[in-house]
Amino acid sequence: MIAGASTPAVETVGLRKTFGAKHAVDGIDLSIRRGSIFGLLGPNGAGKTTTVRLLATLLKPTAGTARVLGHDVAREPEAVRRRVSLTGQFASVDEDLTGRENLVLIARLLGHGGRDARARADELLAAFDLDDAAAKQVRTYSGGMRRRLDIAASLVTTPDLLFLDEPTTGLDPRSRNQVWEIVRLLVDNGTTVLLTTQYLEEADQLAERIAVIDHGRVIAEGTSATLKASVGTGVLHVRLADPADREAARALLAAELGGPIHLDADPAALTATVPDPARAAAAIAATGAAGIRVTDFSLGQPSLDEVFFALTGHPAEPSPDDESAAATAAGRS
Amino acid sequence: MAIDTQRRDVGAAIRAALKPRPQPKPAGTVSAVLTFGWRALLKIKHMPEQLFDVVVTPIMFTVLFTYLFGGALAGSTDAYLQYLLPGILVQSVVFTSVYSGLTLNTDISKGIYDRFRSMPVWSLSPVLGTMAGDVVRYTVSSLIVFAIGFLMGYEAATGILGIVAVILLLDLFAAGLSFIFTTLALLVRTPSTVMTLGWMVLMPLTFASNVFVDPATMPAWLQTVVAWNPVALLVTAARGLLDGTGSAALVAGSLVAPLVVTAVFGPVTMALYRRER
Ligand SMILES: Nc1ncnc2c1ncn2[C@@H]1O[C@H](COP(=O)(O)OP(=O)(O)OP(=O)(O)O)[C@@H](O)[C@H]1O
Ligand SMILES: [Mg+2]
Repeated sequence: MIAGASTPAVETVGLRKTFGAKHAVDGIDLSIRRGSIFGLLGPNGAGKTTTVRLLATLLKPTAGTARVLGHDVAREPEAVRRRVSLTGQFASVDEDLTGRENLVLIARLLGHGGRDARARADELLAAFDLDDAAAKQVRTYSGGMRRRLDIAASLVTTPDLLFLDEPTTGLDPRSRNQVWEIVRLLVDNGTTVLLTTQYLEEADQLAERIAVIDHGRVIAEGTSATLKASVGTGVLHVRLADPADREAARALLAAELGGPIHLDADPAALTATVPDPARAAAAIAATGAAGIRVTDFSLGQPSLDEVFFALTGHPAEPSPDDESAAATAAGRS
Repeated sequence: MAIDTQRRDVGAAIRAALKPRPQPKPAGTVSAVLTFGWRALLKIKHMPEQLFDVVVTPIMFTVLFTYLFGGALAGSTDAYLQYLLPGILVQSVVFTSVYSGLTLNTDISKGIYDRFRSMPVWSLSPVLGTMAGDVVRYTVSSLIVFAIGFLMGYEAATGILGIVAVILLLDLFAAGLSFIFTTLALLVRTPSTVMTLGWMVLMPLTFASNVFVDPATMPAWLQTVVAWNPVALLVTAARGLLDGTGSAALVAGSLVAPLVVTAVFGPVTMALYRRER
């Protein structure tokens, strides 16, 4: 049986989608293990949403193939739709309806009878901590409530594969943690999750494997550990009391940490890639010993920008048409 | 710790809610269309003001025209109300049909379109369901205008049967006509553009007609326009059904336009809704 449990949840070969002259997805090869969380990491315009919409059968590939749970998305879209759920980047619930009505609507479309649909809606509302707002119109919901409802709507029948397109963009830390918790529980339960995000931290927290995409192409793929090995495990941000010390601090940190040092836009700040947190502590101690006063420092995960810098040697850049538009605008002025 | 216990409980509730269970077969075509029709009704329930928006102008016209010009136009306000009310009824329902377009336009510009399209139900059921639900909207519009008319002293010679027949006729006409607005809605960007364009189509149709005055006093060229105006044909048929001078031929004549619109704009709407976006 082609659709057997041994096939990957998602398998794409040379997947491509062109809008006019724009290559939104430009030859992507992915293989996602069943029961895992896969992170698609990329900046604005990288092609994350387009990839998800191709896999959810909302777009037809221009070239290449995609199999979802063993079914070809172009030839068997019905079979795919029966087993996947999509929580889109932009709220995919009806703002005019109440939270409960939204879930009942989805449940009825999925074939639940009236009473059954209402019971299912109430069960999900309670589980997602939305029972107090169940009878309120969704337009009155906070961002976090809306997201939880949106995810609940995707779980009315538990899907084999869930697409979550930037599920935490714009959420406060508490709501973001709630979403992460839900995703983890879902995977415990056997569902495969394809998650897109602009945050390395999110991909790192949740995903077993991560693909970094840019301009519709995969520029790196692997476990969070391998990805971080190429990027450095963290980034040290240092701020000096006196900007005049910056050159001295740069030389010192470079010697201590052995990696490239960024000079930030802020004339008193530097950023260094850190191979090992223990050496970061030593480096900070060394600056103090050399008489360079540090007002604050922090050790953090590399941001998407830093990942890009490490992987490509240049920062994440706007897509080529944005660039050429900017260039013509500049040329004209 | 309290927080930890609470977290574990939430986890347990979510886990329980996600437990695998027998899953029903997705809704069939009819059932999906009806479900989307139910959604349209919920929108009326939550936003009844939309209904009043559309009937308030016609109601103002009814009151204003009847008391201001009624005597001059028809000899007495009572006689004019008898003439005017079927026309106002048509105007209200026809304007209400623009709202079918509004829901579609909002849907395709939001993420909910992607959700519906990614579900295992017939891809056009949201369109047909919305239109089916909107028939209730047309009926409610009719009832509001009738209620105002009765308060002002309107009498339907054919009684309840005539009233029911007119409401059904108006429902059919508006449902057919709304394919123009669903097509518009799938072509333009914002709901307010749908409204503006809708009114631009409808204003001339309802004024260059026999809604307010007997076309006999109009210049010859305008009389020709009125004679071919689908709204005027509908008004004539509706008047006939209410005052007892109607005929099957008049009713059939009034339904030609919505049938043509459905035949032309129905498939266009379907194709536009289904195209990739
Ligand atoms: N329907 C469309 N028509 C034309 N161009 C499109 C369409 N959809 C996407 N694009 C273009 O394709 C590129 C990839 O878009 P996509 O939405 O997939 O990016 P993304 O990674 O999801 O970005 P974001 O983080 O901003 O959501 C962009 O340059 C976008 O402008
Ligand atoms: Mg996106």
